[in-house]
Amino acid sequence: MVGPITLLATAVVLPAAAAGVLRRLLRTSMVLSLPIGISALLVNLFFFPGGSEVLLRLGPVTATREGLELALQVLARILAISGAITLFYLTTRPAELVVDLERRGVSPRLAFVANASVQTVPAMVDRASAIIAAQRARGLDTEGSIAQRARGLVPIVGPVIMGSIAEVEQRTMALEARGFTRPGRRTLLWHPADSGAERVARWLLVLTVPALLVARSAGWLDLLG
Amino acid sequence: MLVLEAVSYRYAGAERPAIRQVSLTLDKGEVLGVVGPSEAGKTTLCLVASGLAPRAIRGAMDGRVLLDGADTTALPMHEMAARAGICFQHPQTQLSGICGTVFEEIAFGPMNLGLQRDDVVVRTWDALDVLGITALAERDPMQLSGGQMQLVAIGGLLALRPAHLILDEPTAQLDPGGTRLVGECLARLAAGGASILITEQKTDLLERICGRVVVLEKGGIVAAGPTDEVLAAAGLAAMGVAAPSRVRVRRALAGAGFGDGAIMDALH
Ligand SMILES: Nc1ncnc2c1ncn2[C@@H]1O[C@H](COP(=O)(O)OP(=O)(O)OP(=O)(O)O)[C@@H](O)[C@H]1O
Ligand SMILES: [Mg+2]
Repeated sequence: MVGPITLLATAVVLPAAAAGVLRRLLRTSMVLSLPIGISALLVNLFFFPGGSEVLLRLGPVTATREGLELALQVLARILAISGAITLFYLTTRPAELVVDLERRGVSPRLAFVANASVQTVPAMVDRASAIIAAQRARGLDTEGSIAQRARGLVPIVGPVIMGSIAEVEQRTMALEARGFTRPGRRTLLWHPADSGAERVARWLLVLTVPALLVARSAGWLDLLG
Repeated sequence: MLVLEAVSYRYAGAERPAIRQVSLTLDKGEVLGVVGPSEAGKTTLCLVASGLAPRAIRGAMDGRVLLDGADTTALPMHEMAARAGICFQHPQTQLSGICGTVFEEIAFGPMNLGLQRDDVVVRTWDALDVLGITALAERDPMQLSGGQMQLVAIGGLLALRPAHLILDEPTAQLDPGGTRLVGECLARLAAGGASILITEQKTDLLERICGRVVVLEKGGIVAAGPTDEVLAAAGLAAMGVAAPSRVRVRRALAGAGFGDGAIMDALH
């Protein structure tokens, strides 16, 4: 448990505080990890096999001390993982990520797909709301019971998807007309700043992983509890 | 110089060719208009001339497309793109959709060609400059008006510095304001000596910028000649192509008995 918590503090909370996104990080990662966190907590707390020290008895199930320890450990891990993912999303602009990936040799097509999938979400939302408005004007029910709404989805999903597919051919042609299919590297106009300190921090984090693995298999971490 | 020599094109799966035995020449510095009813094959003609058909769209082509006398069959699409840029009707679908600013959007083509960074920047500013949209450089392309987007699309082509521009109904999806905006830009480009092949239903625009016009019907060229003559021909209206407003006004005046005099002179 000390492991994930140390990780959470040094690799998630500290950097988030430095980047000024600590509050948003806490809120988002809490929401993200709440469902899985609660279920993991309950399952491990009450269904830990072979625990000896009983803390609480609730009908057929018992909570043991060993179960509680494991539950807290799993929870700390979940928080560390969801915190790290949230931190990534809060501090990384998709456009910068894509440019940087491409600079490091990822194929332009792959980078394009990654970029386009992020950028087309708003376009899809726009299209969907335009179609919803149009269908509503013709009397479509988008409110009311779940079943009613589900039925209402049918005439909306079709046009959204068909519209996007029809666009694909036009978009492909337009891309080809601008030389996108040329093999080889593209020119990049800019790339995100990458300071020496960031580079050092990144390498330290990477090196920490084998170090922790070694420490763990050597049993040093057990000393910490 | 862009030359189509007896070109026919049949889309994969289609029974009949969409264009048949089309021959035309676009000289350097010339603006050539193409009119014709719906389904006549105007878009197909543009796709073939730009090299997209058959490179990006499956189909069978007969005849030859020549650029400055050289056969283009063996040229890959990205090399065609640097010689003949094509612009379509829909403004949104021609933008890359991955660029946060107009500047990056216009730089997209030259970046694809792998040109030197400085060269890309110069070409991009030049394209913005020629179209008079330098003020839009920092804007989000997806937040522009249709006319502005269309100019950005054209700018993206100009930055490739193609010797020929092919425009397939560039104002068809635009409102009157956008049509005027794009029309003025095209007129400036034409006056500046660009070689342009343009299809349009809006004959007023063609009348303004084209030296010659060809009429395409059912996949074949049925008339060709100087813009004034072709667009004033009686048969055009029957095809669903409206004559330029100047011609229609002249006809209306003549029909109302004002066949000669100062008004008619002013309209010539
Ligand atoms: N991708 C395609 N596959 C098969 N047939 C096609 C395809 N695109 C166009 N056609 C057919 O080719 C013919 C010519 O179409 P084209 O789009 O070139 O005409 P157009 O003059 O541009 O018409 P419009 O004024 O409607 O734009 C039509 O009969 C059309 O149905
Ligand atoms: Mg067309």
